[in-house]
Amino acid sequence: MINHALPRARAVADIRIHAGRLRSQLGRLVLYLIATVFGIAFMVPFFWTVGSALKSPLEMYAYPPLLFPAVPRWGNFVSVWNEVPFGSWALNTVTVTVLGTIGTVLSSALVGYSFARFRYPGRDAIFLATLATMMVPTEVTLIPTYLLYNYIGWLDTLLPLIVPYWFGVGAFNIFLLRQFFMTIPSELDDSAKIDGASSLRIWWSILMPLSMPALATVAVLSFIWQWNDFMFPLIILNSPENFTLAIGLRHFQQMADIQSMPRQHLLMAASLMVSLPTLVTFFLAQKHFVRSIVMTGIKG
Amino acid sequence: MSSATTLDGVASKPARLMSLSRREALEGYLYLTPWVIGFIAFVGGPMLASLVLSLTNYHVVGSLQFLGLENYVRALTDDHLFWDSLKRTFYYTLLVVPLGITGALLAAMLLNQNLAATTIYRTLFFLPSLTPVVATAILWRWIFNADVGVLNYLLWAVGIEGPGWLNSTEWAIPTLVIITLWGTIGGNTMIIFLAGLQGVPQDLQEAAAIDGANALQRFRHVTLPMLSPTVFFNLVLGIIGGLKVFALAYVATDGGPAYATWFYALHIFAQAFKYFEMGYASALAWMFFVVMLVFTYLQFRWSSTWVYYAGEVK
Repeated sequence: MINHALPRARAVADIRIHAGRLRSQLGRLVLYLIATVFGIAFMVPFFWTVGSALKSPLEMYAYPPLLFPAVPRWGNFVSVWNEVPFGSWALNTVTVTVLGTIGTVLSSALVGYSFARFRYPGRDAIFLATLATMMVPTEVTLIPTYLLYNYIGWLDTLLPLIVPYWFGVGAFNIFLLRQFFMTIPSELDDSAKIDGASSLRIWWSILMPLSMPALATVAVLSFIWQWNDFMFPLIILNSPENFTLAIGLRHFQQMADIQSMPRQHLLMAASLMVSLPTLVTFFLAQKHFVRSIVMTGIKG
Repeated sequence: MSSATTLDGVASKPARLMSLSRREALEGYLYLTPWVIGFIAFVGGPMLASLVLSLTNYHVVGSLQFLGLENYVRALTDDHLFWDSLKRTFYYTLLVVPLGITGALLAAMLLNQNLAATTIYRTLFFLPSLTPVVATAILWRWIFNADVGVLNYLLWAVGIEGPGWLNSTEWAIPTLVIITLWGTIGGNTMIIFLAGLQGVPQDLQEAAAIDGANALQRFRHVTLPMLSPTVFFNLVLGIIGGLKVFALAYVATDGGPAYATWFYALHIFAQAFKYFEMGYASALAWMFFVVMLVFTYLQFRWSSTWVYYAGEVK
């Protein structure tokens, strides 16, 4: 009985496995299909922007709507620079982003070093306070900081968009770098100390070079944040020539809406140019991006 | 490099005079200074200042009067936009958080299936979240344009008369929710879920499969409990982010039509920087902070009933 049943059971099992494989292959095909459909759905608005940026004013209002114009007007991108001080906006944004990012990396690395490597009274309480500041919404500090900048005459300058970043305002970055420094064996510090290196030297020549991945992560996050920041520059900057790209784009949008000359196609071209640098940065630093977000999620 | 050497010389002299631990503490405080200055000037100080301002009628120009709690009473009893904007903000958050978290989890699970070219899919999903919010708003305004927009055209082609989207008081908030979802589903929330999924032990999944659990059961009874801390993290951040909605509404609708998208942060902004009612706006901001703290606190309280920490000792 047993001997007899065994081959049959095996045959049934074989069929089941075969059917199972077929089903799982079909399943994977469906998964690819879903992933592709969603991927395209996420991309369509980008195609739409590119298409619109190359249209003539008439084609913007064409009905039925056109995805791509008959003749792409590459000149639209040049026209933007003539319509608005796009060059100044780009320069302002680069200034703010680069200086702010350097400040963020240096100040949060120094403060993170203090938390990670030194023992002093109140350290843990201060560290907790640092973490707690992440909970404070911008809205609560916005008005007094605005009044402060008004008082010291920094309104309508780029200083408020740079200086705070040199004083470790991004608590999260401090946290991230502290965590990273703590993974570096302190024997390295000790041997440098014996060789007579000062603590500042140990930070700069030993910990910083070893922390390049974490520093890059902080730099990338800070870059994106500052490039896209909207609410704060909106209240600080008044004169169009001092705007950053994000605020400038908003300014251009209002101009394009109000004035009779149709400029919506140029607005789309400007939107594309403002978005491009962050997208390119992402492609160049994809690894750091994903790691940084994972670090925020897992350890945060 | 030369500056570091100079500092060597300076720092090593007092070292002989004081004990090692005192020196360590002093250096620790020294490197903390940027944060201390930053905290006083840009976080703690301003918070205190805004609390004080909230008790006054500060207008930038004109006389300053102490009002006590009058601003708070005014918001609660004499400002219908306070309640309306709060209601709209809650409505928006209530739509955007569950949809966003579910969408991000599904997208992350899709990317966790070891498909070939996962990196490409991940990039495609992720890119919208990097687009500056102003550009996002400008772009979607065209797609949702009631008259010449491509969406209403496509709906018309299949025989549906599309709504006014951002021009409709009824549809404006749901439309903003759709735009937000496009910009956030594939963003940080998804990546955090993806990392969480990769942390779910494979042997647990296999054990459940051997015990005869199907895919749905494995998700419900293995993946989801193991993932609950990640869900919790994303939920807390998602609710805070939802309540803070500002830039998208400011650019896409400017609070309109007829105040339909006048969210709480827009209300604070208008009071402060349009009418320069700094005292009143500070009171609004502090109430906002309290609302957020209460929400976060409640979630932490509630979390013990559904969040499972593998390493937790009970």
